[in-house]
Amino acid sequence: MKQMIQIQGLQKSFKNLNVLKGVDLAVEKGSIFALLGSNGAGKTTLIRILATLLPSDSGSASVAGSDVSVDPDRVRRAISLTGQFTAVDDVLTGRENLVLIAKLRHLPQPQRIADELLERFNLTEAANRRAGTYSGGMRRRLDIAMSLIGNPEVIFLDEPTTGLDPEGRIEVWNTIKALANSGTTVFLTTQHLEEAEQLADHIAILHEGKIIANGTLDALKRLFPPAKDEYVLKQPTLEEIFLSIVGGKE
Amino acid sequence: MNVTRTHPFSDMFVMLGRSMRHIFRSMDTIITVAVMPIAMMLLFVYVFGGAMQVGNGRYVDYLLPGILLIAIANGVGYTAYRLFLDKQRGIFERFRSMPVARSAGLWGHVLSSLVSNAITVVVIVLVALLMGFRSSAGALGWLAVAGILILFTLALTWLAAIAGLSAKSMDGAIAFSYPLVFLPFISSAFVPTETMPSVVRAFAQYQPVTSIVNSVRALLSGNPVGSELWIALAWCLGIMIVAYLFAVRAYQKNT
Repeated sequence: MKQMIQIQGLQKSFKNLNVLKGVDLAVEKGSIFALLGSNGAGKTTLIRILATLLPSDSGSASVAGSDVSVDPDRVRRAISLTGQFTAVDDVLTGRENLVLIAKLRHLPQPQRIADELLERFNLTEAANRRAGTYSGGMRRRLDIAMSLIGNPEVIFLDEPTTGLDPEGRIEVWNTIKALANSGTTVFLTTQHLEEAEQLADHIAILHEGKIIANGTLDALKRLFPPAKDEYVLKQPTLEEIFLSIVGGKE
Repeated sequence: MNVTRTHPFSDMFVMLGRSMRHIFRSMDTIITVAVMPIAMMLLFVYVFGGAMQVGNGRYVDYLLPGILLIAIANGVGYTAYRLFLDKQRGIFERFRSMPVARSAGLWGHVLSSLVSNAITVVVIVLVALLMGFRSSAGALGWLAVAGILILFTLALTWLAAIAGLSAKSMDGAIAFSYPLVFLPFISSAFVPTETMPSVVRAFAQYQPVTSIVNSVRALLSGNPVGSELWIALAWCLGIMIVAYLFAVRAYQKNT
């Protein structure tokens, strides 16, 4: 299995603050990799280094076979970043946002690319409305759709569901699952354990600048004492109640 | 896929198209940028104009250059605003993680500032013509006026870029243009500086707006321009180069 992302001994500090203290990770091609960590654990810093936005202090990181500090241009051609805050242009329509990115990537037939993505992300009806009028979930879907233009090999998603309502979150989860099925490698960060559990093949936990656990969900579960049978009456979660009342689709 | 090449010019024009859409889609931009200076011109010509002593000739002829500068100073405020939004919303970051020429994001805004201010200037000149403005300048004179105004717009646009890229808040990004809009009032734009008290007059005579206004006015009326033109050009070029260097640094650092 080919390694799409390889990180060795990566360190980064801001002034006196030591954010990453030697991170080692490897992500397989075509998998969904979730980086778990609380606020301020260094998730965004790591993703920004991988996306060539930030230089590291020491250690090495390569994405799609190219070192991020040696050949950032080649890395940029292979990746796509969806940042923590939705970076869509509110004044442009959904379609115009997609066409803009397709043109900047110098792809032929930007209009056709936009149409296909609008269809795939269920945004065709809203295509000619300004993105500023979209709901949170729609904006995030448009954001991710913009990231897919040019078929990047690796997609970075920094807390893709932060700030979304439960329906929006499920929309985005389905989108991400569909991505990995098409062979794209997905590297996402999240604070929500449930999100990692729902989506990821591999999970790593970043804590105080170091990876303290790394493996498949099953492997991580084995780190805990073996499961016992316990009888607990299953109460519906508030989320399930909310979704059943508003007719959500799970 | 393996060819590492950027396309700075085509990227820049894509960005220009984007910010021109922004401009044409916000009515308030169009109104403040063109209608405000026109209203000011109407006010000064038809209300105060009768009492103004500016020598022979129509007051609208005297006033127009200053109004054009105010319009441009007002217009670049929106460039600061749009740059700030792109920085804050992560739009620049998105472009940066793409194989897009780094300079394109910034130059797209600068070019759209030039285009939109040129449109504003043309509209104001047309209104002035309706109000009786006449110029004896030939094609060369008009060309020289266009050149000065383009330099002035570029100088202020790069100043706006510094403000937009380094501001911490929206208010901060826009506030920089207030003194720029005010500067023409303490210059020869509305009345000759000779009637001002000495301290004010000294400031008015040596600040950049006066030499720019006087040069444009002389060119439009077909009078000899003299050394004031060189002072005006020196101001514009000087501000432009210094502001450009700081703006590019702010762009590298903050986006």
